[in-house]
Amino acid sequence: MGRYVIRRLLQMIPVFIGSTFLIFVMVYALGDPVAALFGDKAPDPATAARIRHELYLDQPLWKQYLHYMGQIFRGDFGTAFNGQKVTELLAGAYPVTLRLTLVAVVIELLVGITLGVVSGLRRGRSVDTSVLVLTLIVISVPTFVSGYVLQFLFGVKWDLIRPTVSPDAPFSELILPGVVLALVSLAYVTRLTRTSIAENVRADYVRTAVAKGLPRRRIITRHLLRNSLIPVVTFIGTDIGALMGGAIVTEKIFNIHGVGYQIYQGILRNNAPTVVGFVTILVIVFLLANLLVDLLYAVLDPRIRYA
Amino acid sequence: MDLAMSEAETLEKTPGGPLGTGPAGKPRSLWSDAWFQLRRNPVFLVSGLLILFLVVISIWPSLIASGDPLECHLSKAQEGPEPGHPFGYDSQGCDVYTRTVYGARASITVGVCATLGAALLGSLLGGLAGFFGGWWDALLSRIADIFFGIPVILGGLVLLSVVTSTTVWPVVGFIVLLGWPQVSRIARGSVITAKQNDYVQAARALGAGNGRMLLRHVAPNAVAPVIVVATIALGTYIALEATLSFLGVGLRPPTVSWGIDIANAAQSIRNAPHMLLWPAGALSVTVLAFIMLGDAVRDALDPKLR
Amino acid sequence: MRGATHVKWAVCAVSVALAATACGGSSSGGDGAGIVRSSWGDPQNPIEPANTNEVQGGKVLDMVFRGLKRYDPKTGEAENMVAEKIDTTDQQNFTVTLKSGWTFSNGEKVTAKSFVDAWNYGAHVDNKQNNSPFFANIEGYDQVHPESGKATAKTMSGLVVKDARTFTVKLNEKFSTWPETLGYQAFVPLPQSFFEDHEGWLKKPVGNGPYTVESYTKGSSMKLRAWDGYKGPDKAQNGGVDLVVYTDNNTAYTDLMAGNLDLVDDVPAKQLKNVKADLGDRYINQPALIFQSVVFPMYDDRWNKPGMEKVRKGLSMAINREEITQQIYQGTRTPATDWTSPALREKGGYQEGLCGDACTYDPKRAKKLIEEGGGLPGGKVQFTSNVDTGSHRDWLDAVCNSINNALGKGAVCTVNPVGTFADFKNQMAGYKMTGPFRSGWQADYPLIQNFLQPLYATGGSSNYGKFENKEFDRLISEANKESDQAAAVAKFQDAEKILADQMPAIPLWYQNGSAGWSDLVSDVQLNQFSVPVYDQIKVS
Repeated sequence: MGRYVIRRLLQMIPVFIGSTFLIFVMVYALGDPVAALFGDKAPDPATAARIRHELYLDQPLWKQYLHYMGQIFRGDFGTAFNGQKVTELLAGAYPVTLRLTLVAVVIELLVGITLGVVSGLRRGRSVDTSVLVLTLIVISVPTFVSGYVLQFLFGVKWDLIRPTVSPDAPFSELILPGVVLALVSLAYVTRLTRTSIAENVRADYVRTAVAKGLPRRRIITRHLLRNSLIPVVTFIGTDIGALMGGAIVTEKIFNIHGVGYQIYQGILRNNAPTVVGFVTILVIVFLLANLLVDLLYAVLDPRIRYA
Repeated sequence: MDLAMSEAETLEKTPGGPLGTGPAGKPRSLWSDAWFQLRRNPVFLVSGLLILFLVVISIWPSLIASGDPLECHLSKAQEGPEPGHPFGYDSQGCDVYTRTVYGARASITVGVCATLGAALLGSLLGGLAGFFGGWWDALLSRIADIFFGIPVILGGLVLLSVVTSTTVWPVVGFIVLLGWPQVSRIARGSVITAKQNDYVQAARALGAGNGRMLLRHVAPNAVAPVIVVATIALGTYIALEATLSFLGVGLRPPTVSWGIDIANAAQSIRNAPHMLLWPAGALSVTVLAFIMLGDAVRDALDPKLR
Repeated sequence: MRGATHVKWAVCAVSVALAATACGGSSSGGDGAGIVRSSWGDPQNPIEPANTNEVQGGKVLDMVFRGLKRYDPKTGEAENMVAEKIDTTDQQNFTVTLKSGWTFSNGEKVTAKSFVDAWNYGAHVDNKQNNSPFFANIEGYDQVHPESGKATAKTMSGLVVKDARTFTVKLNEKFSTWPETLGYQAFVPLPQSFFEDHEGWLKKPVGNGPYTVESYTKGSSMKLRAWDGYKGPDKAQNGGVDLVVYTDNNTAYTDLMAGNLDLVDDVPAKQLKNVKADLGDRYINQPALIFQSVVFPMYDDRWNKPGMEKVRKGLSMAINREEITQQIYQGTRTPATDWTSPALREKGGYQEGLCGDACTYDPKRAKKLIEEGGGLPGGKVQFTSNVDTGSHRDWLDAVCNSINNALGKGAVCTVNPVGTFADFKNQMAGYKMTGPFRSGWQADYPLIQNFLQPLYATGGSSNYGKFENKEFDRLISEANKESDQAAAVAKFQDAEKILADQMPAIPLWYQNGSAGWSDLVSDVQLNQFSVPVYDQIKVS
């Protein structure tokens, strides 16, 4: 087990290099960012050349990349065009997004698994159908609609909550954004749980447990759920990245200055240091999340072992 | 409700004979047995008819819509239904009914093809990674991790902005490229679990080859989560196309799609909800059809359900 | 709390002096008393006067700085602010005399040197300031800002400090309305701390305007407080302004409705239909110095060969501006009938209807003209614009639908959305367009010259269509030399008539500034740059 974990951690190094390079090339492919700094006006050639020189943009791609990596190893992630250090941006955005993701994942787990278990146990009943209809609505109404509508209803019409999130982003203000963010993933978690439950309800160990006369609650949580959770856990592992980096729409609606927003802004302004910095951290989060998921497999299903 | 009860009920309701035998009592292969099961499942028939209808509309939209989806009169912008225009008009004054019917082609093509592509590629790579483990797993999984890291918007702007084609294929290809890692993780997890089952271990002990084991014993038992993810992904991919179009890198006009219309309608939700209702409704029906299909297929492949 | 009390006293002092408002009773929130909470966007560049060329950074500069001149928010006239007088006899050599008594908020006196140093800094190529071309007509600019290579001088020879309150400026050539351009933000004075501790200054800009920066969290918010030591004529009527960054103007609007915000200066197009119901009278919508057009790539022969002017005019006549501005923008754009802006006013050179028939919707004549001119190149036209900001996609679709309906030949007009502004800008600045493309122009100062010369004169700094016309250039240069304002305006308008004839750019509409506010504030107005006049806002 320990060796497995170490091996997995070592694998991060090539992934780190690979993803930084890939993202760097992609931002590079977006084109020259300098002209856009001048707004609607034509760029002044001498000033533009000076800015390009200072940002290393007048160098070939590989030199730019080496320069950038060299900076990173000295702890310098570069600066955004508004003069802010990328490390500052990272320190500001990641904690907020982490909290938002946590809220979303908790909602996904609680609501998604509950609905999944209920509809899985009562396949074909009206509860199952209602959950299916809810799932369909969640899938077909885009986040930007559900986000605005919920924000308007709760924040303005009924005046129950603050419609936007303040810069400190405490947990209490992140509940509604978390719900909005979790909606689509909820559909996945619910359906995955439902299917697994429906499948495992017929497994021998459940029969045995029923025959032994174990209480129903214990059968569901200890036997049925535990064995049904692997796909759900896998999904949530893959979803963490999507929740953190892809929350652009939710972050915009609730004015959260998080990771998704910073990546989006960096992309629109073709700012390589911002995008690469944020995505690299995101990939690391991913690797850790997936490692955790793999370790959880062994916990959920003792037959799975890692050498 | 009693657990044992529910089980008995489902068993009763499930059509088909005892495991592995056809009407003549002849043993059948697992896959043809599944097909036999499938044909008798009403859920499958309903979803099949629905999908057939959607396909027909996609190919010949003029069968049920006589107008031109590109004919727009701004003076009618956001107006409600009137005779001949049952769904009203959108922000540009185009007929919502005609656009919803004509949007089926692009949206369903994108949804179905991207889902198939991502599901096949993802389950192949994820299945191999999970089944063989070790270096295979390390390599394939880490590649998937890198792809996970690419932000959709960045990928879209870089890869799709250079394309000038007005067909749906660049968008399909792009979604497959970004969609497969998720399916592959799910497939890998399922295969790792399925691999541990006693009958797989037994088959291995009996000297079954890798290929046979994967196809006959592991795949059928690992496919359920993939189907679930794929059927939902179908809907999210259709919506993802809207995001791409919104960024100016998705489907290009004159292509009409639900995604584009949903994105446009979302902006006017307070003033003209009818603009959202119809394309989103069409999307729901499509996803419903495929979820039902997925359920039926999964049931047919699960021997325990028979 | 000490700071809050301090501010409160400042508010009271100001209110008593100006409006005789009763003080003390209403301060329930303590910290927020008399403070205007306003929406903001993250400025693209660090906030420095010579490096800020967009509205968001401009808002701050407008509160923190006062220059030689300031444009009256109502009339647009350039009125002396720090300047006592600016004299010239030959339209080329100017003597600037400052009023006494102006200081920066750190106590430093505003002197001739504060201006000259600031301008030299802004012009020097090493400082990479976006706005350096604004100093290009001062003598010696070429030495501090050569087209390529290293600067050969540290300062511009055309700027000479005479004494603490006087300096002279020598221009490269005659430019009669040059003093009128000095209301632009790039020309404000800078304190010595800007040069001595640049990093520190950027964290907390110090200026000579009615507000001081209390705190600045980049990318999130800025707190500005009324400066009680301010001696200028336009003291702040409120205790301060909190600028809050919103990444989506729709969200800002929601916060306004929920009472979390007092002022939104950019009401999203999709909410315009609801404004009446949501805000009632607390909404303003007035012309700004913003002109929207589509420019033809005149460097592309297919659009420039003889006869194409008819096609260009025909396309202009196929666009139903009236309907688009009503249906898409709910009247917050005004159909354009010349190449300037109504915010200039008649006196400044705006002339309604100068474009004539060529800007009037007439589908029949449009069709005829395009046929006479030889038809669209390849039978098609494609409009290009970035779609990452604004509601560009909406009007692009509407314009194309209008053209397609007018010509009746199916989808001959298509849109070419570009994903990022940077990409669009590169295509534009690289002269790679193959069809008409969007051009939005926000004037730097309320002068007709600024709407014409940079955009359409040969070698103009933002002449992205490469329109070249000798007669046009001649009229512009004559107009610049004219010392009488009315005569100059007449010359500029003559030049503009050439645009009506050649149609290198189709005028679409004038963009209005709009703002909505809460019932806690009053006296909200916008200046010509669609920036709220913060110092005039009263808090109840």
